[in-house]
Amino acid sequence: MLLFAARRLLLAIPVLLGVSLVVFVLVHLAPGNAIDMLLPPEASARVVAEVKAAFGFDKPLYMQYLLWLRSALTGNFGVSIFNASPVLGQLFVALGNTFILAVLAAAVGFSFGIGLGLVAALHHGRWPDKLCSAIATAGVSLPNYWVAIVLVLFTAVLHNWLPAQGMGPDQVPLWDRGQYLILPVVSLALIPMGVIGRLVRATVLEVLGQEFVGALRAKGLGRGPIIRHICKNAAAPVLALMGLQFGYLLGGSILVETVFNWPGSGYLLNLAIFRRDIPVLQATVVVLAAFFVLLNLLVDIVQAAIDPRLRR
Amino acid sequence: MTAATDPRDRGGAAQPLLIVEGLRKHFPIYGGLLGRRQATVHAVDDVSFSVRKGETLGIVGESGCGKSTTARLLMRLIEPDAGAVVFDGETVGSRTGIGVDAMRRQMQMVFQDSYTSLNPRMTVAESISYAPRIHGLARAAANARADGLLGQVGLDPGQFARRYPHELSGGQRQRVNIARALALDPRLVILDEAVSALDKSIEAQVLNLLTDLKRRLNLTYVFISHDLNVVEFISDRVLVMYLGQVVETGPVDAIYARPRHPYTRALFASKPTLDPDRRTTEPPLAGDPPNPIDPPSGCRFRTRCAFAAPTCAETTPRLAPPLPGPISRPPDDPQHLVACIRAIAQAGGEGLDA
Amino acid sequence: MLDAAVAPEITLVTQAQPRPQGYWRSVGRKLQRDPVTIAFGILLLAIVGMAVFAPLVAGANPSTGSILHRLAPIGTPGHWLGTDENGRDMWARLCYGGRLSLLAGVAPVVMALVIGGLLGVIAGYAGGFVNALIMRIMDVFYAFPSVLLAIAICGVLGNGLTNVILALSLVFIPPLARISETVTAQVRRLDFVEAARASASSPAQVIRHHVLANVLGPIMVYATSLISVSIILASGLSFLGLGVVPPTPEWGVMLNALREAIYVQPYVAALPGVMIFLTSMCFNLLSDGLRSAMDVKLNP
Repeated sequence: MLLFAARRLLLAIPVLLGVSLVVFVLVHLAPGNAIDMLLPPEASARVVAEVKAAFGFDKPLYMQYLLWLRSALTGNFGVSIFNASPVLGQLFVALGNTFILAVLAAAVGFSFGIGLGLVAALHHGRWPDKLCSAIATAGVSLPNYWVAIVLVLFTAVLHNWLPAQGMGPDQVPLWDRGQYLILPVVSLALIPMGVIGRLVRATVLEVLGQEFVGALRAKGLGRGPIIRHICKNAAAPVLALMGLQFGYLLGGSILVETVFNWPGSGYLLNLAIFRRDIPVLQATVVVLAAFFVLLNLLVDIVQAAIDPRLRR
Repeated sequence: MTAATDPRDRGGAAQPLLIVEGLRKHFPIYGGLLGRRQATVHAVDDVSFSVRKGETLGIVGESGCGKSTTARLLMRLIEPDAGAVVFDGETVGSRTGIGVDAMRRQMQMVFQDSYTSLNPRMTVAESISYAPRIHGLARAAANARADGLLGQVGLDPGQFARRYPHELSGGQRQRVNIARALALDPRLVILDEAVSALDKSIEAQVLNLLTDLKRRLNLTYVFISHDLNVVEFISDRVLVMYLGQVVETGPVDAIYARPRHPYTRALFASKPTLDPDRRTTEPPLAGDPPNPIDPPSGCRFRTRCAFAAPTCAETTPRLAPPLPGPISRPPDDPQHLVACIRAIAQAGGEGLDA
Repeated sequence: MLDAAVAPEITLVTQAQPRPQGYWRSVGRKLQRDPVTIAFGILLLAIVGMAVFAPLVAGANPSTGSILHRLAPIGTPGHWLGTDENGRDMWARLCYGGRLSLLAGVAPVVMALVIGGLLGVIAGYAGGFVNALIMRIMDVFYAFPSVLLAIAICGVLGNGLTNVILALSLVFIPPLARISETVTAQVRRLDFVEAARASASSPAQVIRHHVLANVLGPIMVYATSLISVSIILASGLSFLGLGVVPPTPEWGVMLNALREAIYVQPYVAALPGVMIFLTSMCFNLLSDGLRSAMDVKLNP
């Protein structure tokens, strides 16, 4: 088991390097560079050269990559071109805000999803199955940015129940600002709910159809032990998908964050794109992708701990 | 024998159709932190034999002894690590010999699992006519060929040509597989446990079909099976394999009448028989074969052998004629070879030749 | 093995079955008996028809409108679905918008299906070094959450339909390659592939005649479900301002443009979202229907 974990960890290193390379190449494919955004068109060639040198843009590309990689490994992602503040600080705050949303949305989405999937599977073919399956399928088919808008309309505009924008004033402690969280969390939770619900239903039905469950029933075991057996056998695939979905929540909340003006990493990325703020853009994408890789690694290891067949 | 009239017959009747020399295949097992080679499965180790034109060579042994790997090596479905295969006097895959594709047109194979060896998306006729068509036969001619072959294996083309594999029974599917193997008009057919998955009554029918086809089409068979009765029925000569090596070979009558290798004898002792005269008092095989990842030194059978001596761990036995038995017995067939130093050294009264 | 036990071989020449049951024929028959898939298949056809035949069915110009009639409610005479923030006919804009939204949703999956499917089949069939090379590169792209990768690529390449399609294709290549690799590796081990190799056919011939027909089903099921994701993502990119730009009608663009209008005409403003939802739902249910008709087991 330890060996398996160590091997997966080693395998993640080339993937992470590949990720950093892809991000770097991607960013440098961009038409129009940051210097053009920053300097007035009439700036002299000397000023342009100076600014380029200051940001390291004058060196050959592979040198830029290696330099960027080296400093990124020490946590130094440079300073924002737009406002000269260190990227790491901005990113840290934004990631924290996104993390709050993602954790809550995952908790809500996963619990509702598991509930839907179990109810559907245990009433296979009857109306509770059809209702729960329909809800789950709707969950994965709904554009969450649109749901966000509709939710704002109903709760904030028409009825004024909940705040529609932002995180609330900084002076108020976070736990008193819970109301700001409700709408974004609900919008974000839909997809994980649907995806997990559908998988739980399919997996539980598959386990129920296997011979050993029949054998357990034949042995006269009650509902309780059978459900425990189902959980043990369905846990690995469901867990894997949960990890993936949590990663998507971290890296994919940009649309919902934009609708709610939630100052998270997605919002930061959006700003960076429109300001062509390359250091911020690079750092945000790389850090989010790295999180995703590590999350998958963790899921793999936990999965292998549950199901020894997966240790290879 | 009309084999001499076959224009593809290059070496003449005396030239064995297939000569296998020192065939070896080791499968590496990777593992550990860096995925390095951790161990090696000795699937086939230094296997040599020959198949004469028109005969049936039976290969027997427990599961995992390398029978199927040998079949796949002969077909070049996997690449051998060492050794040479000579087809009708021409070395397969060498610059001066015969190419792999040319060899495959003359050598075909029937697999054990009749279901997975047919493409589920193709009709019976499509499966059979596939090989002739990719080798340039026109569609109509290939279909006619498929119909003809179906008739030869005892299936009415009008009823079966357009069916799909899942609509056939196991025996019918295996007949289709035989027809498919014959589609390229091969000279050698490898039958890898081809009847092992069939019911006993159907097995007999298919075996009769095989002997019939062999006579009519001048075929040569390599018949691989774990079923000793079936091998006795169909083979002219027999090869006994254990843990990737040949332990005994010879004419079927000689081996079945007087098995000399302790492994063969134990194997035959475990064979169910209704004939009280043929019941043996030999101790049957105990336990599982050792792990082919780390085969025993010297003689590989010594860990399960009732007659093992300390020297068995040191010397690797080679195939050789066993020493003659007591005067009262008829002499051994000169082709009967056994890889056991004890069978050679101590044949006669005590121990092995009880 | 079961049927071998049931069917006695003695009567083998006389037993007859009326009509051979090919795989695709039986899939079609199962689909015909699935009312949900049929219903949503028809709905999807209607949506596609609405987009394809937009000039015929729209009944109004999608890009001209009078500011005097803007944000008319649903049911207004002459504008049965109302008008948008510039007084343009909503029905016409939804029809024409469907063209780009469907194109931006379907085209990337088709591109990814061709490229990713091919890479996956090659990797799965060849195994060994080729497999490792292809799949490790895929792993790197798989390491990005899909929305993040799509947004990053679009953000960097700039606006435009082509960039959206390009970005989303890149996003969907790794998952399709992975699925294709898995199912191909499974089929590769079956004896009929070995038998085909043993009949002296080239790898390309084996793949074309024996592998593709057996792996296409599961890959298509998966690709269909990806289209529903792709539709949402493509519109989402336009919604963010990274894709198609106004005044071109596209559902995501329309949704964004009508965001402010939601306080005035909520039902009209919600319409583009309804279209995205319905289309995505149709593809999801179609994928489900195909999956059960083809009896495909897939873990996403």
